[in-house]
Amino acid sequence: MIDRRQFLKIAGFTTMLGIGVMPVVSRISSRLEASQVFTDPNALTAKRWGFVVDMSKFRTDEDIKRVMDACHSIHNVPDFGNPKDEIKWIWPEKFKHAFPGQEDHFMSKEFVDKPFMVFCNHCESPACVRVCPTKATFKRKDGIVMMDMHRCIGCRFCMAGCPYGARSFNWRDPRGKDENGRPFIAKENPEFPTRTKGVVEKCTLCYERLAVGKKPACVEESNGGILFGDLDDPNSEIREIIRTRYTIRRKPDLGTKPSIYYLIGGGENV
Amino acid sequence: MYDTGKIIAGLLVFLALVTFPFYSNIGKANAKLELKLDTPEISKLPEVERKCVESKSYMRAEHMQMLNTWRDAVVRDGQKTFVSSTGKHYDMSLQNTCMKCHSNKKDFCDKCHNYMAVKPYCWDCHIAPKESET
Repeated sequence: MIDRRQFLKIAGFTTMLGIGVMPVVSRISSRLEASQVFTDPNALTAKRWGFVVDMSKFRTDEDIKRVMDACHSIHNVPDFGNPKDEIKWIWPEKFKHAFPGQEDHFMSKEFVDKPFMVFCNHCESPACVRVCPTKATFKRKDGIVMMDMHRCIGCRFCMAGCPYGARSFNWRDPRGKDENGRPFIAKENPEFPTRTKGVVEKCTLCYERLAVGKKPACVEESNGGILFGDLDDPNSEIREIIRTRYTIRRKPDLGTKPSIYYLIGGGENV
Repeated sequence: MYDTGKIIAGLLVFLALVTFPFYSNIGKANAKLELKLDTPEISKLPEVERKCVESKSYMRAEHMQMLNTWRDAVVRDGQKTFVSSTGKHYDMSLQNTCMKCHSNKKDFCDKCHNYMAVKPYCWDCHIAPKESET
């Protein structure tokens, strides 16, 4: 028969032992699980992905539309045929709307109305990530602001949070058809999922292409109009351009630290 | 006890009603579920490769947990390669790996899910392989 004092001693030691061993056990078990999955060795990796968009290569809406269509077709982005329900991953925006406050009185009308190609800025301090209540939108280690469609509950806080209008809500079923029987997704890409009614979507920086070592679709389609690289690497091509040329970002004063730089007056060859 | 007869009789009726589904099904064989594990895509594979990423029993019991792990690894961590217990590497993708072999969603996924009365919402977004309407 043990007395009260002995019992307390044994209980105390056991608890201490348990607390001491727990981190070791959990580390071993998590390592076993993690050893099952790997990153593809061909995958493109970075600390912080960024783009430089050379606006001299995008003179008209057509140039932007070409890149936009390439992106929208591989990602099964629906076309609902009206601006209210529009889903957009890449879209043209006039200078005065994309860079409010930066247009000046005596700028040429052509420049103020010039279409700029805009998309998700993959900000370093993304407002959308802060407001998402389910962590459906989150920041990956490589700087991509990602959407996990499995978690999105369609609350649209992120749309209110994003100062760039980069997010679109699926008001209608993207797999549906309009009154005339035209499917909203002209041709489904069977290798990529669609979305469902009631979720928010946006550019994902082609995470599915990076993971297998391909450049984002817009970069590939732009014929050198969009340069892509690691903003964290001081020797990268895009850092060299940002250092030596004049680039602007959208609404930098908001403090979201966007990762997309626009090269103005870049000349014919960059 | 008051109204003993009524209470006992009432209880008996209640028990008879509640247990009705059990004794009415006694001795009846359950319809057996047969999944179609051969598709044109699978039969095209050489004999040695004609197996799933893990064993049949594991897949039958754990495929949902596995798909959850795959989803989190791919979407949240950007890891796309799965190493099976036999050491083979697979691309973690429902549309591009699982359904490339199991191209018979109706006879494979749906049949068992309907039988078990579960409604996974995979196909609200993921595109199922094209099947003939049979």
